Amino acid sequence: MADPIKVYPAKPRKVYFFGTCLVDMFYPDAGIAGVELLEREGIEVIFPQGQTCCGQPAYTSGYHDEARSVARAQLDLFPEDWPIVVPSGSCGGMMRKHYPALFRDTGDEARAASVAERVWELTDFLLNVCHIKLEDLGQPTKVAMHTSCSARREMGVAEVGPALIGQLNNVTLVEQVRAEECCGFGGTFAVRHPEISGAMVSEKVDALVETGTQDFVTTDCGCLMNIAGYAEKNRKPLTGQHILSFLWERTNKAGGGS
Amino acid sequence: MTDSAHHHVDVKQFHPRAREAIGNPKIRQNFRRAMDGLMAKRKSAFEGWDLETLRELGANIRLRALANLPDLLEQLEQKLTDNGIKVHWAVDGDEACRIIRDICVARDAKSVIKGKSMVSEEMELNHYLSGEGIEALESDLGEYIVQLADETPSHIIMPAIHKNTGEISELMHDKTGTDLSNDVEYLTASARQQLREKFMNADVGVSGVNFAVAETGTLCLVENEGNGRMTTTVPPCHIAVTGIEKVVPSLEDVSALLALLTRSATGQHITTYFNMISGPRKPEELDGPEEVHLVLVDNGRATIYQDDELLDTLRCIRCGACMNHCPVYTRVGGHAYGTTYPGPIGKILMPHMVGLDEGRHLPTASSLCGACGEVCPVKIPIPDLLVRLRQESVDGDKLHPARVRGHGAKRSSLEAMIWKGWSWMHSNAGVYRFGTGLATRFRMLQPGKAGAWTDYRTAPKLASKTLHERMKERKQ
Amino acid sequence: MSSRNTILQRLRNRSGGTLSAPECDFSVLKRPDWSTAERLDRFEQMIESVHGEVHRCTEDSWVDRLAEVLTTRGARNLLIPKEHSIGLRLRTEAQREDLPNLLIYDEPIESWQSVLFNDVDASITSTRGGIAETGSLILWPTPDEPRLMSLVAPIHIAVLRADELYTTLHDAMRAQNWASGMPTNALLISGPSKTADIEQTLAYGVHGPKELIVLVIE
Repeated sequence: MADPIKVYPAKPRKVYFFGTCLVDMFYPDAGIAGVELLEREGIEVIFPQGQTCCGQPAYTSGYHDEARSVARAQLDLFPEDWPIVVPSGSCGGMMRKHYPALFRDTGDEARAASVAERVWELTDFLLNVCHIKLEDLGQPTKVAMHTSCSARREMGVAEVGPALIGQLNNVTLVEQVRAEECCGFGGTFAVRHPEISGAMVSEKVDALVETGTQDFVTTDCGCLMNIAGYAEKNRKPLTGQHILSFLWERTNKAGGGS
Repeated sequence: MTDSAHHHVDVKQFHPRAREAIGNPKIRQNFRRAMDGLMAKRKSAFEGWDLETLRELGANIRLRALANLPDLLEQLEQKLTDNGIKVHWAVDGDEACRIIRDICVARDAKSVIKGKSMVSEEMELNHYLSGEGIEALESDLGEYIVQLADETPSHIIMPAIHKNTGEISELMHDKTGTDLSNDVEYLTASARQQLREKFMNADVGVSGVNFAVAETGTLCLVENEGNGRMTTTVPPCHIAVTGIEKVVPSLEDVSALLALLTRSATGQHITTYFNMISGPRKPEELDGPEEVHLVLVDNGRATIYQDDELLDTLRCIRCGACMNHCPVYTRVGGHAYGTTYPGPIGKILMPHMVGLDEGRHLPTASSLCGACGEVCPVKIPIPDLLVRLRQESVDGDKLHPARVRGHGAKRSSLEAMIWKGWSWMHSNAGVYRFGTGLATRFRMLQPGKAGAWTDYRTAPKLASKTLHERMKERKQ
Repeated sequence: MSSRNTILQRLRNRSGGTLSAPECDFSVLKRPDWSTAERLDRFEQMIESVHGEVHRCTEDSWVDRLAEVLTTRGARNLLIPKEHSIGLRLRTEAQREDLPNLLIYDEPIESWQSVLFNDVDASITSTRGGIAETGSLILWPTPDEPRLMSLVAPIHIAVLRADELYTTLHDAMRAQNWASGMPTNALLISGPSKTADIEQTLAYGVHGPKELIVLVIE
């Protein structure tokens, strides 16, 4: 569950960037967009090349020994006291909420706690730590947003995406019905219970299409590949983007706010 | 669970039943409509409340009660006994059934009328009693309908939510001769008439308990219909049956839990009746049962109680909000689970009752979206408990060995090997970078099909370069 | 060993050790300090929202109101308490043309069950106060007003004194010191009997009264 009270740090000089495995392999543009946005805010971004995955897939599948081994390899990557920003509510939630439990009663308990308390979901960090002000350079458009369940409920950032999009003068945010409902991704859930997951994503896609826009953004690449992948396979008029890519495209002068 | 467990649909058949429910537009529509309504009503019922603080209080009340559970049970027993209520203890459902049968036999009772009780569903009391020649008739309208159809409840608060009016009318026509009608008032009135006769003639009334108050020896029942009051007032003998975790120290605790329960369950500020029973009929009184019994049922609860994390399962006050808000429950309905308690609470409770071997699919049937934990009035961390049970079902944590009966049953050597390989690759950054670099470079070889994923979606497309590579290039 | 001792011993010898009990702060249940008039308004609004009726009367007028209510509904009879002032008052006015036949519950239920279940149209009971926040009546059945008086007849009329309205259940149980001992049966009644078990469609009077009418004496 979300922190009862979130205490944001002062805007730092440097941050660690934890890219997540899905961004790494499938959506590196989203990662780069995040880095660009941070750098434009005057923050130096450190990307530890030793990073792999937060360990969540094994953790939620019950393979905690395997998850711990992967997670432990990440604990070494952040020696300085800088915030760790993550372009995902899900991986952020894993590190912030579940690392302490995963390393309970181990010699790494303190290290895990020190990592966990420094982890921030990236859009939350941009809005509430960097106090970013976005200048929209793009054409008028409408967009829908799907906030991932972990971004909403574990990281407590449901208000952040809409607030950032709200800064864009030419963008109208449209709300789908049952915006709070899960898209049906859930990691290995999607392949363990394909019919249930399929039923969930089909209704999510319908809800997004019914808003009258063809574009949606989301905080998490898991939801993105689920929703966009369903829309593509079923020829629904809907394409998706990571919210960071969208924000960067709308506001960078070189890109002309495509 | 018991030798009568075969009466239930098989919990192992979750997949085929879920598939069937998803393919049934009527079921999908019934549940979607009902759950949408319940979610909206709950939200509006809590308007103007500091809900987080209230939930915190609810959680603390339940935790405090659990912390003193054995003392409270003894205090409750003492108070009830002083009040003239006889207390019985049952280690499992079978023993509870036998206790109830013995009370019936001692009174030469042949017919039992029942108020809603999930614990009696858990122990399959009706099935047991009918085998003993005692008729047990449900009187809650939803339970009555479900019993006429020879089904089990599909929701703990609204047992017949899977049926629409037309289906219910046909059922009542076939089984009771009620005229076919789509008029809910008519159907309800005709059930009233049928059940009034049964109330007057029943030898014993069996009910559940929502809260058992140790301080005063009071059994509290929450209901809208009045059948609970009938059941506990009209027959000469009333037997209440409840899980051992339902005891709370004081009536003050009840005032807070009641505020949470009804609003969470159905979005009502309070139910029509809040019935507090503290004793049988006194000599000078003119109605009420001459005998009152309480059967305290363990049925696995004392085992759950041993573990600091699993213990949270016992906080539950059975409001059903977790299922009302569950996107999986909404799609598959209550029967797919094949368990007494469906939905999220069922997924964390039933494995203790049927064993994790039988119930191995239950904890996996969740996207871990967290909606259940968010609405739980006593803040049960349901998603965390689902993960805990997933770990138990594959014996996945050497540091925290599994302890739930039937643990490890889901572990397959193939899956374990895959996760070991995955773990090795992701624990070694060099291997990971080599592997992902290779995959992206040869992405044209990526198969278009990826198991069950691509039954519904296209496969995600590998990027031409990984973020690792692009960040390295950026630095140069 | 008895099942009782098996269970208690397992709970006492908990493998996870003893549990610490958190503090419980009930202040969140506190509502604003409503005046009597505000409490009555809220009570009325809540009762009406669940299909109940509230009639504001005085000590002098309530019998007239009652007569009106019963006449409109064509009630043939009314079950009244024998000793309570409500019953005494009604018996002094028993000759009124606009009051139906008055019945008294003064025998054990066994001797007249089918009459009560089939032939009584309405009943009237006192209350031990009400709860404004949820629109609830507090009833403690007594030998004079047995449990079934508020349950079996299709119309239940309850008399509530406006100055006995509490803001919350929490307030009521503390003010009346319920913790010191409860009667064999105590009730909160917050509307007529109802169900939504058939396709979530509300229907009233499924087992208990179809109508709840509250006469508030101001």
